[in-house]
Amino acid sequence: MAVVETRGLRKRFGDTVAVDGIDLLTGEGEYLVLLGPSGCGKTTLLRLIAGLESPSEGDVLIGGRAVTSLPPRARRIAMVFQSYALYPHKSVSRNIAFPLAAAGVPKDEWRQRIHWAASLLGIEHLLDRKPRELSGGERQRVALARAMVREPEVFLLDEPLSNLDAKLRATARDELKQFQQRIGTTTVYVTHDQTEAMGLGERIAVLEHGRIQQIGSPREIYEDPANAFVATFVGAPPMNLLQRNGMLVGFRPEHFLPESAAGGRAGLQRLSFKVGRVEYLGSDRYVYGRVPEVDPEAKVVAKLPSTVPDVVPSGETVPFVVPLDALRFFDRDTGVRKPPPPGPIA
Amino acid sequence: MRLGSGGRRPDGGSAVAESPVAAGGRGLWARLSGSYLMEREGVLGGALLLPAVLYLVAVVGYPLVLSFLYAFSDVTTGSQALHLVGLQTFERAIRDPVFLQALRNTFVFTAVSQALVIVLSTALAFVLNADFRGKWFVRMIVLMPWATPVAISSVVWLWMLDSIFSPFDWFARVFGLLGPGDHIVFLGRSGLAMASVIGLQTWRVLPLATVILMAGLSAIPRDLTEAAEVDGAGFWRRLFEITAPLLAPVMMVALLFGIVFTFTDMAVVFVLTGGGPGNATQVLASWAFYKGINGGNLSVGAADALFMFPVLLGLAAIMLRFASRAEVG
Repeated sequence: MAVVETRGLRKRFGDTVAVDGIDLLTGEGEYLVLLGPSGCGKTTLLRLIAGLESPSEGDVLIGGRAVTSLPPRARRIAMVFQSYALYPHKSVSRNIAFPLAAAGVPKDEWRQRIHWAASLLGIEHLLDRKPRELSGGERQRVALARAMVREPEVFLLDEPLSNLDAKLRATARDELKQFQQRIGTTTVYVTHDQTEAMGLGERIAVLEHGRIQQIGSPREIYEDPANAFVATFVGAPPMNLLQRNGMLVGFRPEHFLPESAAGGRAGLQRLSFKVGRVEYLGSDRYVYGRVPEVDPEAKVVAKLPSTVPDVVPSGETVPFVVPLDALRFFDRDTGVRKPPPPGPIA
Repeated sequence: MRLGSGGRRPDGGSAVAESPVAAGGRGLWARLSGSYLMEREGVLGGALLLPAVLYLVAVVGYPLVLSFLYAFSDVTTGSQALHLVGLQTFERAIRDPVFLQALRNTFVFTAVSQALVIVLSTALAFVLNADFRGKWFVRMIVLMPWATPVAISSVVWLWMLDSIFSPFDWFARVFGLLGPGDHIVFLGRSGLAMASVIGLQTWRVLPLATVILMAGLSAIPRDLTEAAEVDGAGFWRRLFEITAPLLAPVMMVALLFGIVFTFTDMAVVFVLTGGGPGNATQVLASWAFYKGINGGNLSVGAADALFMFPVLLGLAAIMLRFASRAEVG
């Protein structure tokens, strides 16, 4: 087990800067998720850590050892690719044996270690099959088994769930988490899916434009976004942002409720909500509309649980409330988080 | 299926839109399309294949049948009466000591040149798949021999290997490997002549094999070699355990193509050595040509050429099997 550290890591491809000065330090045995939209540099960052790309500037350290100039095979890492990259001409057991052979592990140890890895992932019955005879979920397990068989110091996972169908993804996510908790290896996990990031990560690093926008626990990322980008990238539907006095006022859709449903609690900000369209989604309703008294331009969404009675007819203006402590403030131009201003917002 | 003469073609064409009275004056095409005949897969497929089939029958099928007929007869350019004489002609062909030499030469010529081609083209494909400055230029140079007509390239090589003016002689003299006034005489000594013929054929087939292998290489997902890199494999292990096995089917295709091209080729021998010195570079194709066309003994020439047939048939069968397997994969 080892920590991964990057210092001032920068990667240019021609004129574009894919990774723009990233300083990152994982904990020992930590599950760190790199989250961001496509093109944000998260995969490039992972490949820099793996040694599949060499940085334009900066250093990569694994277990306190500078590995920047070392090839991938000298870094004691294992990586699971988005495509799983199983060797199509080799059987499952040969796939799993490949890192052992490459590491010069004596042949008589292979059997035992292959079975150890295979049993941990429940794929012992697949050992003689070829990759093309496996389902997506089975391939993912084989890729994991191949990655763990030589007990690397660090796991690098590049969107390993994105090739699975939605139903399988939830169970695979759960298994992935249990698996990592059992072996306790430091893991860096790349995804663009915030549900995955929230569910798996001990900490999440949100990336955009090759920079880390915020790094913190899922709760910190969600409840205390460091800037407007994080606030709108994390959460579905995203945080509502309204312009007011050179600031952006933000609140989560689930905090925005009809006054009648709030039960007369104290510390509430009252806002008149002009209701547009209501979307019924079973457990929730999304109510789209505007709050003209604060920002007539901004679209606002309210997420009402099905337990809230239906009191929002389209086209009418309804009194809504949002708890004062749920309001977040950002600089209008830079998007950086600001302390709450004195006085009410409307 | 005909939907009645008033039916409109799906493309909105006017050919069938007229009243039944006008239908009598319609052309063949209008009637064909009106009945949607060309949209039936069997009919359209047949129609599209027909030109190719006619062409193959005319320039491959007919001559092949003719050469079988000739080989079982005693026809010459002098007497074209067709007397079937059974296997006598084959016997006469085999009895000729040059035939056995040509047969042996054909196998040596093919085996050595294609062994060279497969090794060199694999190396070249790796180089040309890598990223470096001026890659387009190197690619162009490598592909040049394929684009050059064999008549031109052979004449160029004829000068390169000339007994007096060869630039190789000049280089050898500069490096002191050859005394002043001495010459290597590439095409005048049997061993060197064979080596020259093989060298030129290798040079000719190399670009095609390289292009095929480059396509094969770029079809291997980069993830696989990267995964192998992360899994701890060095260059040679990646080459022999990942890249080479995945490239093998494509390599086989390149090899089969090269073998077929080379086994039947007479252009290089014809231009460069004319089969000489003596018959040291005579191959089956050139021998059949000299016997049958230059010598006028059509039947023996045909018999000589037909000795290539079983080998080519076998190769064709293997190629087709590979082709269908590639489709499945």
